[in-house]
Amino acid sequence: MADWVEACAVDDVEKEDVIRFDHGGRTFAVYRSPDDKFFATGGYCTHEKAHLADGLVMDDIIECPKHNGRFNYKTGQAKGAPVCVNLATYPVKIEAGKVMIQI
Amino acid sequence: MTTARKRDYSLVGESTRTAIETGLASAEWYHTDVPRKAMKELMQRSDGPAIRDTVIWLAVILGSAAGIVWFWGSWWVVPFLFVYGVLYGSSSDSRWHECGHGTAFRTRWMNDVVYHIASFMLMRNPVQWRWSHARHHTDTIIVGRDAEIAVMRPPDLVKAALAFTGILDFRYSLPTLVRQAFGTLSDDEKSYIPEMEQHKAVVVARWHVAIYVATIALAIALRSWIPLVLIGLPRLYGTWHMVATGLLQHIGLADNVTDHRLNSRTVYMNPVSRFIYWNMNYHVEHHMFPMVPYHALPRLHELIKHDLPEPNPSMWHAYREVWPVLLRQLKYEDFYLKRELPPTARPYRGEFHAVDMSAAAE
Repeated sequence: MADWVEACAVDDVEKEDVIRFDHGGRTFAVYRSPDDKFFATGGYCTHEKAHLADGLVMDDIIECPKHNGRFNYKTGQAKGAPVCVNLATYPVKIEAGKVMIQI
Repeated sequence: MTTARKRDYSLVGESTRTAIETGLASAEWYHTDVPRKAMKELMQRSDGPAIRDTVIWLAVILGSAAGIVWFWGSWWVVPFLFVYGVLYGSSSDSRWHECGHGTAFRTRWMNDVVYHIASFMLMRNPVQWRWSHARHHTDTIIVGRDAEIAVMRPPDLVKAALAFTGILDFRYSLPTLVRQAFGTLSDDEKSYIPEMEQHKAVVVARWHVAIYVATIALAIALRSWIPLVLIGLPRLYGTWHMVATGLLQHIGLADNVTDHRLNSRTVYMNPVSRFIYWNMNYHVEHHMFPMVPYHALPRLHELIKHDLPEPNPSMWHAYREVWPVLLRQLKYEDFYLKRELPPTARPYRGEFHAVDMSAAAE
């Protein structure tokens, strides 16, 4: 059974932005969409090892800072070369102003 | 006495193995610290600047093409050939580059359309080159890994000079497209194009070759050189500006390092060249932060220049600086130009580039 883990406070992430969250030797990316919803994915681009948290959020897209590969961070879907493998996504909930992700 | 290492530029050879074993492949690279807020602003995409530039670009291309057709057979055609050639054969490179990164336009399909048009102009397989350029950014000037090293060591100066005519590139690009159209990818190409993408490279090569065959057929039917002068041959007579600007990106600088300040060069250029080149003269900045669109590179430059070597003030200055380095590399291929950092910069990382250049010191 996966655990719910506190990733950050709600205010730690600006709208249409992303931050990095490391836990248990793994890295994740926590997103806040323009319509104020939270999402979480694996922290590394599936193409090469680059932290997505250094990338750019545009609407529902996260663009990798290294090769500009794009993913839909809500579904994890890779949107074309140079990324071909989807991102893992994780359930998110908000509790008492904290962003919790199930990992 | 230092024995020069012989570099193996194939992507499946000895240097490839060495790069992987030593951790040079897919390494962590140096980045100047930029606050997230500032970087977010710089990374923001916009359709406006690229639409403006693309409208100008296409309008001048079509206008100069009309001039070529109208004045064909007289000397008045020369200035139109000059303009058309540079826009077709040189500025297509920067459009290919920026749209390949997906940073020119905010809207994805606009990037894709211009990317494919520019790839065709350049005789580049858009699938193959998207992957080769990704590798270039992962392993910039890492021997055995980077597929886009323009001048290898020891430098072949005749080849570098001929590059300005486009002949060598033409001789490579067209047969490569034909080979790919027949379904054959080289081992090097297979090393950086994922298997699931390889069939796309073959399909698109067939489309490109089909257009060239149609152009040749049209030229024969019309008994005119004009179709070939407009499609295909600009890759020869208009490529000089792309080479003049592009060679400066990395030539004479370090290889096998993980700091773009050591292997890339920023050169101040005139506004016309910057339009043709879409600000890729800010090349250290581009490699460090490829997410920043071309129109924001001057702002990025201002923000991080305290941490970078002094830019060359002109293309002429850069070539004068690099010429003696190339001559030295003819004898000592390990020699390179190590550019000084300002006192405000963080020092170079030393783990990969403590090259003994004593043998090159005469």
